[in-house]
Amino acid sequence: MPELTSQKIPVTVLTGYLGAGKTTLLNRILSENHGKKYAVIVNEFGEIGIDNDLIIGADEEIFEMNNGCICCTVRGDLVRILDGLMKRKGKFDAIIVETTGLADPAPVAQTFFVDEDVQKNARLDAVVTVADAKWLSDRLKDAPEAKNQIAFADVIVLNKTDLVTKAELAEVEARIRGINPYAKLHRTERCQVALSDVLERGAFDLDRILEIEPEFLEAGDGHDHDHHHDHDHDGHHDHGHSHSGLKHYHDEEMQSLSLRSDKPLDATKFMPWLQNLVASEGQKILRSKGILAFSDDDDRYVFQGVHMMLEGDHQRAWKDGEPRESRLIFIGRELPEQTIRDGFERCITT
Amino acid sequence: MKEFDPGESASIVSVTDRVRPLAIGMPVTAVHFLGESAAFVGAEENVFLVSGQGEISPVAVHSGGILCAASDGSRIVMGGDDGKLVAFSAKGEVTLLATDPKRRWIDNTALHPDGAVAWSAGKTAFVRSGKGEEKSFDVPSTVGGLAFAPKGLRLAVAHYNGVTLWFPNMAAKPEFLEWAGSHLGVIFSPDNKFLVTAMHEPALHGWRLADNRHMRMSGYPGRVRSLSWSAGGKALATSGADAVIMWPFASKDGPMGKEPAMLAPLQARVSMVACHPKQDILAAGYSDGTILMVRLSDGAEILVRRNGTAPVSALAWNAKGTLLAFAAEDGDAGLLAL
Repeated sequence: MPELTSQKIPVTVLTGYLGAGKTTLLNRILSENHGKKYAVIVNEFGEIGIDNDLIIGADEEIFEMNNGCICCTVRGDLVRILDGLMKRKGKFDAIIVETTGLADPAPVAQTFFVDEDVQKNARLDAVVTVADAKWLSDRLKDAPEAKNQIAFADVIVLNKTDLVTKAELAEVEARIRGINPYAKLHRTERCQVALSDVLERGAFDLDRILEIEPEFLEAGDGHDHDHHHDHDHDGHHDHGHSHSGLKHYHDEEMQSLSLRSDKPLDATKFMPWLQNLVASEGQKILRSKGILAFSDDDDRYVFQGVHMMLEGDHQRAWKDGEPRESRLIFIGRELPEQTIRDGFERCITT
Repeated sequence: MKEFDPGESASIVSVTDRVRPLAIGMPVTAVHFLGESAAFVGAEENVFLVSGQGEISPVAVHSGGILCAASDGSRIVMGGDDGKLVAFSAKGEVTLLATDPKRRWIDNTALHPDGAVAWSAGKTAFVRSGKGEEKSFDVPSTVGGLAFAPKGLRLAVAHYNGVTLWFPNMAAKPEFLEWAGSHLGVIFSPDNKFLVTAMHEPALHGWRLADNRHMRMSGYPGRVRSLSWSAGGKALATSGADAVIMWPFASKDGPMGKEPAMLAPLQARVSMVACHPKQDILAAGYSDGTILMVRLSDGAEILVRRNGTAPVSALAWNAKGTLLAFAAEDGDAGLLAL
């Protein structure tokens, strides 16, 4: 039975590598005068400078589910804490989960797909990743956790932009976009971002999977016309090239893949294909989402997934004049691009 | 005590007109009898003590959410998100038993018939004996559930990937019962022969303690949150399905190789079960607010409460089995005298 999402408590996952500024953002959210009360689940007590009886310390406990799916892990501590917090329903408006700097966001997100009780009471709002403009490029090379957090993000707060030059900023943004072109990116100093840009995003709301267009790099105020044509073949084998001042990187390990068709899909072929794809390649696929137009179906179908877990539903009727176009994105590690493209092609009706 | 007869008629017998309605007015998560008084444990802050005359007196016990509660019939011990462990007596007296120095949540508690109390915060389980001696023990992950064995001072501590049996008064190494997965509740059989856990996934796991043989009890559509031993411990009644699932424990093999009985199926999930303390009868509460009394021998049903409300969240008999108390999540409660 579908429940109104508005009755469920929104949960924002706040992630970011060590020292990027998660606590700064958290302190801002808690101290700003917005009239809302947040319950906060933190991994490190004492860093929060605000007295609040709804700050809960947690040890990140990653539990495997006994369902034969090895990448299906959940945050056991979160299951327990959310259950306890629900006893105080009405005392807070939203929940923020701060992960450790080395955390993989997937188990947190998967907790919301797997646990029935969590699903009944709370909804995942968005994964917000705070990144350090000065050090992220280095971390993307040496810390797989940092790359995961960027790939998984719905919102990226690129912090400490005052500590880098324009060229360095363009460089780090290009690297972020090489991994995840879909997240909303905000450049900040001391995490000065409008809270409406990080909270209440509805990024996991099936009804709001509307904008899956990549966020193209804005030229920005500085609009530098220095045409880098550097193909830097450092140890990481990433290729940079630039068009009209904007650098583009293709991260060889982590990338995104978008598929599109203006011909309707055959649901009897597409659904098994998608399910097989996430069952066999789910470890590599971090996030997936799509808006689908099926033949003989007047409704839009939307889906999203985290690793092997998928959820989908008919969303609404296609509007008159609205192009019935199917669009899918996958973000993942070493995605078998050609296999995915070929498989998708076979689901298109001819 | 009066006998009652579910009767033979095809249309369901109803005792709804004999229920004394109680408006607790706050979400309720548990109910326990202290003598003839029903004590409804609120989701936060208060216990609501209801006299035989139906007077409701709220008593403040915690300054926040009440996360766990256990009763031995003479007191209720509760842990809260305020880091406190308190005891509540039939007279309505509140005693502070322990305070976590780091104000961690007190997630679980259990009571021993000899007066010992156990509780947990994070990965640490604590035991205080009836004489006031306190000991603690750490398990590898956050404690999911606590239960005292019916004999001797032995505490079962459920956690990720199994249960640790700790003997607080013995130097012996704790015994570890391994089973992959997250164990969130634990219960001994009244004859001390079996240990059963409720897992995070929709299943129970059991061990025969004589030889640690495993018993898998699965097939539930939802997580099992309520467990109750039938009179004499012959069967274990469980929530989590759209019927009461009864696992047979009368033989030395327990439910190994046997099918469970399914009683009182409805178009709603069973949320609470409470077996009668003396007769082969149980009460079952459902996610749609229905409460039924069910005779174990033939599944005959009596309607105690109609559907159409919040899920039933609390259900208990008094020790004599003459009173049934219940509450729904929204605090709409009742008392039935048999």
